[in-house]
Amino acid sequence: MVARRGWPVVVHPLPPLLHNQPHLIADEVRGLATALLLTHERVAVAYADCGTYGALDAVCAELGIRMLPGLHCYDLFAGESRLAAYLDDEPGTYLFTDFLVRSFERTVVRELGLDRWPELAEDYFRHYTRVVWLAQEPTDDLRARAEAAAARMALPLTVVETGDGRLERALEALLA
Amino acid sequence: MSDPNEILKGLYDETLVGNAPRVLELTEEGLAAGMEPQSLLFEALIPSLEEVGARFERGDFFVPEMLIAGRAMAGAMERLRPLLAETGVETVGTFLMGTVKGDVHDIGKNLVNIMLEGAGFEVIDLGVQVAPEKFIAAIEEHKPDIVGFSAFLTTTMPMFKANMNALEKAGLRDQVIVMVGGAPVTQEYADAVGADGYAADASACVKRAKDLIEQKRAKVPA
Ligand code: B12
Repeated sequence: MVARRGWPVVVHPLPPLLHNQPHLIADEVRGLATALLLTHERVAVAYADCGTYGALDAVCAELGIRMLPGLHCYDLFAGESRLAAYLDDEPGTYLFTDFLVRSFERTVVRELGLDRWPELAEDYFRHYTRVVWLAQEPTDDLRARAEAAAARMALPLTVVETGDGRLERALEALLA
Repeated sequence: MSDPNEILKGLYDETLVGNAPRVLELTEEGLAAGMEPQSLLFEALIPSLEEVGARFERGDFFVPEMLIAGRAMAGAMERLRPLLAETGVETVGTFLMGTVKGDVHDIGKNLVNIMLEGAGFEVIDLGVQVAPEKFIAAIEEHKPDIVGFSAFLTTTMPMFKANMNALEKAGLRDQVIVMVGGAPVTQEYADAVGADGYAADASACVKRAKDLIEQKRAKVPA
């Protein structure tokens, strides 16, 4: 997106698996942002709350920098009210994003130990009733992978093409 | 194997790595060797699950390791439950538990339940997505000492307050101790919704639950 829009921005990623240990996110962001502030004019955090339950907000306020709105990436792809409606309609909704579809083996299967203990699928997904894929760029390859991943969870898949326009606008606002 | 110490050590080690079949075997061996169910529970199974919790806190274990150990312990509990009941040990109290409406995260809740049961509580689990009306009906039916609300999403935490309001409205607030928990919950949040107790993990929950019941019983003349 940065390249597409030609933004004068350097992206410094943190490991996405931090989302599974969200209590570590705020400190990791503080460390990286503090270092970057020494060498860059401006730093912005392309994280939503992401399960830090306000801790990331506090770090950003402390450092005088800004972050993305919303609770998590799902809000930024689907929009808060639409996402709330999906979960309201069926509380047992599990969400996919393109990232999750692409990294399913690593971020879901391996992280949740389903490679070592397949029987745990029952403990994890017992109460889920469907997968909703918030698709940004649904290629044929990704579609096939999303189908396979949902099948692995034994859940029906609904595809909602959200695109990434919302995220793009949120980033634009962040950089303004 | 029939040396009690070896059985206890085996039970502890195999629970730690979540080897459910072996844990069940060792439980059988212990019972066959005449060991007390309480001894298997308090000297091996519970300490092992406490260690699992400690490793999780330290970041050495993640969710699957915790789950697999919890499963192993739950298997042994199945076997021990009727025997423990037979020994006529009085239950510590009744704990009604559920994940709040709109939320289906239940791993943490289930672990808390296992530890509570191990510690001598009678646990009634209402499952996930429990609406306020359902909590109320179950409280009226079972008259538990404590009701526990579990929540994991920013969007479902407000259900704590909704449940508290429902309790007030049903005139039950004074009759039951309320505990809340779940990954995003803090002591401050628990205080803000007017809960009586909060705990960050399963062992802490057992301890806090016992304290709260003791305090309540001390206040009410028998
Ligand atoms: C495992 C997990 C899942 C599993 C849940 C399986 C299950 N059956 O529960 C799966 C993979 C299915 C899942 C799904 C989702 N998850 Co999830 N999940 C987690 C994760 C990684 C761990 C939670 C956990 O089980 N921890 C292990 C247990 C043992 O710890 P615990 O829950 O804290 O429980 C302890 C204490 O809290 C306490 N306790 C618990 N209950 C109670 C009750 C009482 C009364 C007391 C006193 C104490 C107490 O004792 C427990 C034992 O020690 C967390 C991140 C994290 N590390 O917290 C995200 C997390 C909670 N999930 C999150 C999200 C966003 C989701 C999804 C929306 C993702 C998606 N792609 O769809 C869906 C939820 C959809 C839905 N409809 O609900 C977010 C929530 C963010 C937010 N702001 O709300 C988190 C924080 C991840 C993140 N960083 O984004 N998830």
